[in-house]
Amino acid sequence: MAEFEPRIVAFLCHWCTYTGADLAGTTRQQYPPNIRIIHLMCSGAVDSIYVLKALIDGADGVLIGGCHPGDCHYQTGNYKARRRVAILKGILNELGFTEDRIWLRWISASEGKLFADTVTKMVEELRKMGPNPMKQLWNA
Amino acid sequence: MAKKAVMKVEGGRTEETVLGLLRSFLKEEVVEAIMIPKLLPSQDGYVQTLIRDPEKLTGGCILSPTMPVQSARVVSNLSIKNLGKKVAVVLKACEIRATVELAKFLQVKLDHLYLIGIDCPGTFEVPDYSKMVQEGKGGNSLIMDLLRGMEKGEMASPPGYSFRTACQMCEYPVAQADINIRLFGYKTDQEIGIEIKDSLAKEIEDKGIFNLSETGSASKPEVLDNLIGERIKRRDALFQEFKDIVKDLKIFLDRFSTCIRCHNCMVACPICYCKECVFRTAIFEHDGDQFLRWADRKGGIRMPTDTLIFHLIRMSHMVTSCIGCGLCDSACPSRLPVATLFRSVGQRIQKMFNYVPGRDVNETPPVASFKEDELKIESGAI
Repeated sequence: MAEFEPRIVAFLCHWCTYTGADLAGTTRQQYPPNIRIIHLMCSGAVDSIYVLKALIDGADGVLIGGCHPGDCHYQTGNYKARRRVAILKGILNELGFTEDRIWLRWISASEGKLFADTVTKMVEELRKMGPNPMKQLWNA
Repeated sequence: MAKKAVMKVEGGRTEETVLGLLRSFLKEEVVEAIMIPKLLPSQDGYVQTLIRDPEKLTGGCILSPTMPVQSARVVSNLSIKNLGKKVAVVLKACEIRATVELAKFLQVKLDHLYLIGIDCPGTFEVPDYSKMVQEGKGGNSLIMDLLRGMEKGEMASPPGYSFRTACQMCEYPVAQADINIRLFGYKTDQEIGIEIKDSLAKEIEDKGIFNLSETGSASKPEVLDNLIGERIKRRDALFQEFKDIVKDLKIFLDRFSTCIRCHNCMVACPICYCKECVFRTAIFEHDGDQFLRWADRKGGIRMPTDTLIFHLIRMSHMVTSCIGCGLCDSACPSRLPVATLFRSVGQRIQKMFNYVPGRDVNETPPVASFKEDELKIESGAI
């Protein structure tokens, strides 16, 4: 059997993490190709629905990338994203969805290496966890 | 701060004493109207009624044993658009707390409202109460029993009936409003407690309605502590029972597979106030081919779809402000333990932000604010 290849859906903010991912590419950082990037203007624009929908419909992990605290282009979007993610993860944990498949990370436009490292690390962790049980739930 | 006093009850008629006070509010024009639960002509239920004629207060019930709708929703309708005159609303403790939450979300305007909170012994499901009346276990005799129970802090329901689950585990039976009628620990056939916020107390004294310097024997606070202690025990037991059943998402879904996605829990919920709910927009009107793709991927899918996402997202919207009124439970046609679900998850999330919904109107709800220094990545919260 072929090794399990996790699939990550990433919501990246335009000003920091998306540009950071761009830098990872232009500086030829190597990272696994398991990631599908969705480009948003701000991590604060990531609705919890997007995250859950991705997890229910087939993603093994969701990465949300935003500017470091204090650096948000829109002043406070990343702080709002942080609360939203914390609430969603709290709810999921309470219902026994304990694996850490949702990551919110701060990666700036100059941190191409950090982006590559984060994706590499996340793929490793998800590979250990195995496929996301949520995507097999026929009655979700 | 509030002024406290004791009201003498004439002839053991506790409810009439409070109604008399409310009647004088109308007569002396402290308020233009009063909203209070009133007995239905069929005698087997109560509904909130907006009253202007003081005589129509007869039949009003301060301890209505049912809660057909969350009155905070009604208060929202009443106050949000052009309410120019003072209105007093008689609410249960959880309705006060829901009203406070809605005020924070700008869905209630408190400017022209006086909230009157009544200590709450708990309520019964509407159909249960109707049956109790048919069996002669309802009406005045039930209310007298409830009042006697409140004196000792030991609430007993008539044989064969029980309080609503949410009421059994409610640790906030005492209202915090502009005027609070205190019943716990009082010999309610002789006297009851009253607390009135200072500005209003002055007006009431100036108009000669009520002399707040009257004193009498104080209530016994330990009575309330015992009751709350019992309720917390019951709450923790119910939470534990729920957690033992719902160990992971698969089991949760099996337990909730009878959910017919009617959205009743959302309609009944006082906190779900959005005019246009995302679950009723085109976002959840999928293409036929999309359903087929899902069915193809998973081999087959349950219809209607989106049950899990509905409950989880609804939770992420309202759970920080869930005041635990349990009307979602009462509204669920499949009798799912939704109130226990929302309250047990809510307890954890609210603790995360050190937030008690309905505590203080000047607090900001967690979903509408943030702190710069919180929820570090290392903490595992994100």
